[in-house]
Amino acid sequence: MGVREVLVDAYREALPALGASLVGGLLAGVVLGGMRAELRALPGLLVLVPALLATRGNVYSSLGARIATGLHQGLVEPRVRGGDERLRGAVVAALANGVLASLFASVVAFAALSVLGEPVAPLRALVGVALVAGLLSGTALTVVVVTVVFAGYRRGRNPDTLVGPLVTTTGDVFGTLFLLVAVRTVLALGLGGGG
Amino acid sequence: MLPILLALTMVEIASGLVLGTFEDVLLQYPSLLVLVPVTIGTAGNLGSILASRLSTAFHLGTLSFDPGDEELVGNALATVALAMTVFPAVGVGAWVLTAGLGGTQLPLLTVFLVALASGVSLAVLAVAVALAATYGAYRFGLDPDDVVIPVVTNLCDVLGVLVLFASVRVFV
Repeated sequence: MGVREVLVDAYREALPALGASLVGGLLAGVVLGGMRAELRALPGLLVLVPALLATRGNVYSSLGARIATGLHQGLVEPRVRGGDERLRGAVVAALANGVLASLFASVVAFAALSVLGEPVAPLRALVGVALVAGLLSGTALTVVVVTVVFAGYRRGRNPDTLVGPLVTTTGDVFGTLFLLVAVRTVLALGLGGGG
Repeated sequence: MLPILLALTMVEIASGLVLGTFEDVLLQYPSLLVLVPVTIGTAGNLGSILASRLSTAFHLGTLSFDPGDEELVGNALATVALAMTVFPAVGVGAWVLTAGLGGTQLPLLTVFLVALASGVSLAVLAVAVALAATYGAYRFGLDPDDVVIPVVTNLCDVLGVLVLFASVRVFV
């Protein structure tokens, strides 16, 4: 293949997935743009945003890839009911990893900002946000990943090519939406500490 | 998976700290805040798509690490072309969507230039990172699929924030 063919092939193959993640990213941006009051109320929250969004991508695209491999190997049945043990194990591990990484991120962000002498919300507020956001977005993403990968597989689509664009699109949107829910919850519970 | 995940989380916190240094500007202009997730996400995607294509070509034995390699040059050029297609849409999209959010609205041209400049710089950086990581995996005998893609995605996330910071400094 010449350079031109490689270029055209790579461009055509990637554009739909990039377009889908662009829409997801812009929607996530609108949610973030509407969160300015909450970002001001909890200093340090913005520092957490890239870590929380990346964790969703890392954990749930890996879950999707595992399920896709399991389906290809015939080890996982494409049915949600029936309580497949491998499926349950992969889901529980993904949720645990996602929540642990989120909690870790909140502690590291708090520590870094404290060391740098920057203003930062109380640790309990950031940990609370990370916990609630991690659990809610993790649950929602698990449902989406499992449902769409199974449905796609039953209709004869390759689950491997579904997972990437699906997780990058829904991950950012759910990530910011449930971040907003988590921040509102923490502020409503009075954990913000009033500065 | 957890140790890698925690290491990548530390890297992401570093990029969050950079984001924190221009929080005031971001909170003042919502269209810039809207750009944050989409710039980070698109940067990570550009890098991971390129890395997975290079890894596949490498597995198939059609890739050589030679500046004249057609597979290499074609994929690198496609990454830049994709960025030049997608990022203008990102800029215009962010500007249109923030019309309803209130706050100070930046001129369309400014948001467009911030997005385009970030996108093109990111494409070049993504090519460099993806190439270095694929080559590194090859040299150290690691499976490119396992190692390269998460590393490239997260590094490009961080570069996304840095490049956005630089573009905001230049254009806003």
